[in-house]
Amino acid sequence: MNTTILSVDRLSKFFVLNRTFLGNAAATVKAVDTVSFSIFPGETLGLVGETGCGKSTLARTIAGLYSPTEGKVLFKGQNIHCDHGKETNMLFKRQIQMIFQDPYSSLNPRMTIHDIIEEPLNIHKLAKGKEKEARISSLLLQVGLNPEYGSRFPHECSGGQRQRVGIARALAVSPELIVCDEPISALDVSIQAQIINLLEQLQTELRLTYLFIAHDLSMVRHISTRVAVMYLGSLVELASTEELYSHPLHPYTQALLSAIPIPDPAIESHRKRILLPGDIPSPLDPPSGCKFHSRCHYAMPICQKSPPELTATDLNHYTACHLVK
Amino acid sequence: MHITPSAFHRTPFPQEPLSTASATGTSYWQDAWRRLQNNKLAIAGLIFILLITLAAIAGPHFSGYSYADQNLPEANQPPSSMHWFGTDNLGRDLMTRVLYGARISLSIGIAASLINLTVGVLYGGIAGYAGGRIDNIMMRIVDILYGIPLLLYVILLMVVLGPGLLNIFLALGLVYWLGMARIVRGQILTIKKQEYVLAARLTGASSARILLRHLIPNSIGPILITTTLAIPEAIFTEAFLSFIGLGVSAPMASWGVLASEGVVSLRSYPFQLLYPALAISITMLSFNFLGDGLRDSLDPRMRK
Repeated sequence: MNTTILSVDRLSKFFVLNRTFLGNAAATVKAVDTVSFSIFPGETLGLVGETGCGKSTLARTIAGLYSPTEGKVLFKGQNIHCDHGKETNMLFKRQIQMIFQDPYSSLNPRMTIHDIIEEPLNIHKLAKGKEKEARISSLLLQVGLNPEYGSRFPHECSGGQRQRVGIARALAVSPELIVCDEPISALDVSIQAQIINLLEQLQTELRLTYLFIAHDLSMVRHISTRVAVMYLGSLVELASTEELYSHPLHPYTQALLSAIPIPDPAIESHRKRILLPGDIPSPLDPPSGCKFHSRCHYAMPICQKSPPELTATDLNHYTACHLVK
Repeated sequence: MHITPSAFHRTPFPQEPLSTASATGTSYWQDAWRRLQNNKLAIAGLIFILLITLAAIAGPHFSGYSYADQNLPEANQPPSSMHWFGTDNLGRDLMTRVLYGARISLSIGIAASLINLTVGVLYGGIAGYAGGRIDNIMMRIVDILYGIPLLLYVILLMVVLGPGLLNIFLALGLVYWLGMARIVRGQILTIKKQEYVLAARLTGASSARILLRHLIPNSIGPILITTTLAIPEAIFTEAFLSFIGLGVSAPMASWGVLASEGVVSLRSYPFQLLYPALAISITMLSFNFLGDGLRDSLDPRMRK
């Protein structure tokens, strides 16, 4: 499909933990293991999964911070990790931006808000003098901050304000795709709603595409067009939001969704939780075959042998499970 | 009391805003300077350092004596209106010699801090930022240099080049950035994983920009502490080398030379040790106070 804005093709990212004396890898973490999916222009793809399942690594690889071990990331058909010459490389950096999880460590404590937003404009030489000042003010207004905040330092702002600054910095270079790496998980619930509303508003105003990573399943349901579920470095299920939340096919997705609390005590007390046995296995030594077989209620002999492929069970519903064929 | 509508009247709308809502932003350095001024000890240290620098530059010209001219009839005089600090065993004016010694000690302090701030910061910064194999090689070189005692370098250099001020500079230049390189590398290693550095890389910032705008400014606290500790340490090293006879040669006088001469006649003429020792102590204290004050004032999180 040529209409995709970003397609991830069999992407893997391994980290070498220890090296032997001769420099050979002694232990590798398969943080992202052969992941493929596409993002369409204007949509929000939600990505959920437990802590340590490789969500952030996937996000950073897609944003171009890490180079992949295998596979490729195509942005509008061009591999972003190849060297296309300085100008094209810089153009990629303008088109994919990222919003970070921790609003406390994502802003340089020694720079004012003004300088933080100015930096990307300077790097890409997007504006000068008065024009630049006007752009900074309009960016601050766009994320709901008074331009007078420009003279403040990050430690003088609240968590929500800092996250808004992070969004303004990402918007400064007018990107098309924004990778949101758990942008709300470090914020208070009331602030979370504000930031989500801001992101939705910006999406319609600027026609942005989001890859939205979170572990708050209700929030993901609210904001996403489609949702992908990740387990131990692999995608297990990918479907439209409605489809995934109403008909989860993968046993892991079913267990994950059963953990969502329902804000109604009468129904909540009857909610059935699917409890998975055991802990999440170490990514240093993942189970053979289907990585989920060690905790799956429906595990079959084949699950230990061959890893299931992500296959379409329905139009736009992809599942990686031997049960679902 | 009756309140009627006629009691209210409309005030004219102000043409100019009465006051702007927020204060105009003060720059980072203005702000740091304002905070430094509130720290009495740091300011006292700064004033003393400025005074002794001025005295070292101008003092020897105005004292009316030369640091080298001997005047044996006036040897070992106690402090008087003629010789404020007294004279030494060869009748030389001690105040002139202490002020002259300040030149040597302070220039060694300046040299040490310059070496720290350039070689040390850049070396450590590059090693920490590059990481991996480059870091490994660069830091093993530091470890090897660290393992050889400073005194060995100096003695070897003296053998090759002969004792003198220049060779002390050379010896300090060879090793005085090692501690700084280690500290800066450690800082950079932690800071480079912060998300704001990732954000800068994401916008396409060059390595030099990340190093100079994000990594080094955020390690300025430890850098300043190390520098302010390195200055008195360098002054002390020079004093020690002069004390054991490897430093500046007669008739030049550094504080170390004066102290070692003072020790000889400690029982009969204690003032000969008192003044150089006071000069060394107060200078070292001043640098330490100033360093402490700078560390607090340069951190925007300390802003009130």
